[in-house]
Amino acid sequence: MIQGYAGKHLEIDLSNGKIRESEFGDDVLRDYVGGRGLAAKILWDRLGRKWEKVDPLGPENLLLFLTGPLTGYFPGGRTCVSGKSPQSNGTVGSTLSGEFGVELRCAGYDGIIVTGQSDKPVYLFVKDSDIELRDAEYLWSKDGKQTVAALTKECRNLLKTRYPKFGEWKEPSILYVGPAGENKVRTAVVSSKWAHAAGYGGYGAVMGSKRLKAVVVRGTGPLPEAADIKKVKRLINTVCTNVYENELWRRWGTGSAGYEVGAKTSSEPVRNWQEEWHDEKSFGVDKFENRLWMKQYWGDFGCPTTCLKLSCVKDGKYKGAITDNPDYEMQAYLGPNLGIFSPEENVFLVSLLDDLGLCGIQTGNVMGFAAELHQRRVLTCSDLDGLELKWGDTQTFATLAKKIAHREGIGDILAEGTYRAAVKIGKMKKKNLLPYAVQSKGISIGAHGTRSGKDYPEIISYACSVQGGDHTSTAGLPLDGGGSELMEIFNDSGVYCNFNSFGVPRNTRFEFYTAVTGIKLTRREWVRTKALKILQLQRAMLLLGGPDLKWTPKTHDVNPPRFYEPLPSGPYKGKTTDKQDVEQYKRRYYKAVGWDRNGIPEQKTLNKLGLEDVDEVLERIR
Amino acid sequence: MKKKKEPIWIARELSKCSGCRKCEIACSLYHENRIWPTASRITIFMLVPGLEFPHFCVQCEDYPCVNSCPVNALSVSKETSAVLVDGKACIACGKCIDACPGRIPHMHPKEKRIVICDLCNGNPQCVKVCREGNWNVLKTVPRRERAYKLYARKPDEITRDLSTKIYGEIGEEYL
Repeated sequence: MIQGYAGKHLEIDLSNGKIRESEFGDDVLRDYVGGRGLAAKILWDRLGRKWEKVDPLGPENLLLFLTGPLTGYFPGGRTCVSGKSPQSNGTVGSTLSGEFGVELRCAGYDGIIVTGQSDKPVYLFVKDSDIELRDAEYLWSKDGKQTVAALTKECRNLLKTRYPKFGEWKEPSILYVGPAGENKVRTAVVSSKWAHAAGYGGYGAVMGSKRLKAVVVRGTGPLPEAADIKKVKRLINTVCTNVYENELWRRWGTGSAGYEVGAKTSSEPVRNWQEEWHDEKSFGVDKFENRLWMKQYWGDFGCPTTCLKLSCVKDGKYKGAITDNPDYEMQAYLGPNLGIFSPEENVFLVSLLDDLGLCGIQTGNVMGFAAELHQRRVLTCSDLDGLELKWGDTQTFATLAKKIAHREGIGDILAEGTYRAAVKIGKMKKKNLLPYAVQSKGISIGAHGTRSGKDYPEIISYACSVQGGDHTSTAGLPLDGGGSELMEIFNDSGVYCNFNSFGVPRNTRFEFYTAVTGIKLTRREWVRTKALKILQLQRAMLLLGGPDLKWTPKTHDVNPPRFYEPLPSGPYKGKTTDKQDVEQYKRRYYKAVGWDRNGIPEQKTLNKLGLEDVDEVLERIR
Repeated sequence: MKKKKEPIWIARELSKCSGCRKCEIACSLYHENRIWPTASRITIFMLVPGLEFPHFCVQCEDYPCVNSCPVNALSVSKETSAVLVDGKACIACGKCIDACPGRIPHMHPKEKRIVICDLCNGNPQCVKVCREGNWNVLKTVPRRERAYKLYARKPDEITRDLSTKIYGEIGEEYL
C-alpha cells in the first residue's frame, strides 16, 4: 500500500442518486499520482474509445474533484477539477486553492467522481462517511457570495444537529457554481471562498449541466499518513524558509504585475492585446494596497506566502465590491485589456465576475474581443443589444458580463467563449474574425504575451500546450526545465500551489513526494516516463476533440495571429514573434515528446509507455 | 541552570489573521504527530471569507471549565497557567464546553476526550509559526492581572465584530 493516500474515491451518479466508493490500484496511483494525471487516466479509461462523441455538457461527461498525495502536506493546498473540457474538448487539470482538498482527504477520500445528470438542482454534503445529496432548488440562481452564506449556515446547523456533542463546528469547505455555471456558460468557473476559482477548462459549465450547485465537505480525520513525517516536517520548513526570504513577493503577491508587466516587460493584454505596454501609474500596486487592501496577507491551507490580499471598496460608486488582490490575471484581463486603469473599477468587475461565477481570464478575453469588434465596426450597437462597448466603460462591461452569465442576447454568443464566438459571429458577418481571437484551442491565453520576449512564456508555450492558452501549463524545452509542461503536470498531479515552489530547488518536490508516499521518484524518471505518459493521454484526447470542434496540429498548434503583429508601442515597439522560429522550435518539441511531424503521438512513443490502446484509437486521426 | 517557567498568555490580534492555518498544522503535528486540523487545540474559523481568526483557550482567571468538570479531569498548570486535560479521566460529557463563555473546548475527533490548549508546556507552537511567517497575530506575553476571560467569545460573535472592522456595513449581508 502506497502511503499518503486516503485509498478511496467517492463516486456519485447524479442520474440515479447512487453513491459508492471506488479504489484505484497501487500501479495506477504510482503512475498517474493524482489530480491532473489521474483525471487524464480516469477520463481515458472511461470515455477514451468514444471520446469524439462525448458532449462535455451532456450527462455522459464526468466531473472530477481530485486531490493528490501532496495536498495538505506541500505548503499551499489546492484541489484539481477536471472532466472533458467544454472549452477545448480535451482535458484540463484545473486547480484552485482553498481548504476543499484538505477537508476531503481528512474525510477519508482522495477525490470525488461525479457521473450522470440530476433532474433537479442538488448539492452534495460530505461529513466523513456521512454523505448525502441535498436539495439545492432554493440555491439555484443565487450568486457566489449568497451561496456561500446560505450553505455555511445550513451545513453548520446540520453538523450541530447531527453531532451536538462535538462543540462549536468550524465551517465546512464549499465548491460551488454561480449563475454562469448553471447556464452552462463555457467560461464558467468552479469557485470557493468567494474569490477562488478553477477557471481553465470551463468546468463550472459541466457542474451546471449536471445541476450540481455545490459540494460541501467537512473531514475530521487526519491527513492520510505520510511515509516519513519527520522528513515531511523538514521539507515543509525548507519550502517556508525559502518563501519567507522573498519579502515583496509575499507583500504584493502578483498584484504588482498589473502595472509592471505592462510598463516593464511589455507583455500585458491592453485593449484585447492590440498593445502589450502601458505606463498607467494609476494602476500601480501601491494604489491597490493603500486604498483597497483590508488584509495585506490572505491565504489558504498551510501557505507561507499568503499572496492573496483582501480587497474591499467601502465607498463611492463601486461600494460593496469584495474580492482577493485582484491577482495579476484579474487585474490585467478586467483592467487594461478592457481599457480600464482604475483599481476601484477593476475590483468592482472582479467581484462581479466572482459573484456570477465567470472566469476573469476567459470572460475578460471574450469581452475584449467583443469590444475590439465594436471598435472595428464589426459589431454594431444593435448587435450588442444597444450597448456602446467602449474601452474603459466599466458599467457597460458589467452589463455585458451579466448578459454572458445569463446567456441573454449577445451574451448567449459570447458565453461560448472567444473561439466559438469568433466562428459564429464571423459566419454572421461573413468575415474571418479569428485574427482578433487571442486563444489557443478554445482556451483564452493567460495575460503573459510572447512578443517582447521579456516575460516567461516561450514562443511555443501556448501553441503546443495540451491545455491550450493556460498560462500555468506552458510547453517548452528542456523537458525537465522550469518552462516545461511536464514539470507543471507534477504540480497539478501532486495538487499543491506551485507559487510556493518558486526558488525551491527543482528536486525538492520529488523528495517531498517520496517522503509522503514512500515511493522513490526522481525528476528524470518523472519526465521520461510518468509525466510523458500523462501528456500523451491529454494530447490524444485534445486531438480527438468533440462533437462541435476538432483541432488539427497543422492549423491549430499555432499562436494567435495577433502574436505575429509587431508591438505598436512601448520600449519594445516593433518586436514580434518570428513564425520561422516558432516552426523550428515546434519541430524540436514534437521530437522531444515523441510526436510525429504532424504533431500526433507516434506509435513507438506510445508503445514504449505502455499506451497501446491510445495508439489504436489515434489511428483514426493519423 | 534551567530557567523557571513563568505563567504566560497568548496575546492575539485577530483581524490580521491570514487564514493560512499554519497554527493548526503546527499544533496537531506537536500533539498528534499528524497534520490533523480537527484535533488541533487551535481552530481557524472562517464563517465569512476574509474574516478568519484563531479560536483557542484564553485561560480565564476563574477557570469555569475546570470547575464544571464532574470527574476532575481538568486542572490548571502551576507552571504555565494552562488548562491540562487528563485524557484517561475525561468522560467526554461536554460540560466544560457549556461552561466556557466562548464554547472553546471541543471533542477529539477520534477519542473520547476533550481538547483544550495546553500552551505546549510554555512554548506554544502556534505562536512560533505565526511569528516565523511574520503574520504576528499571536504573541506570547507574561501572564499578569488582566481580564483574560473577556477574550473567550463565541465564533459567531467574533465574526460579527471582525466584519464591522473589515467590511463595515457591507458585511451585514453575509453574516
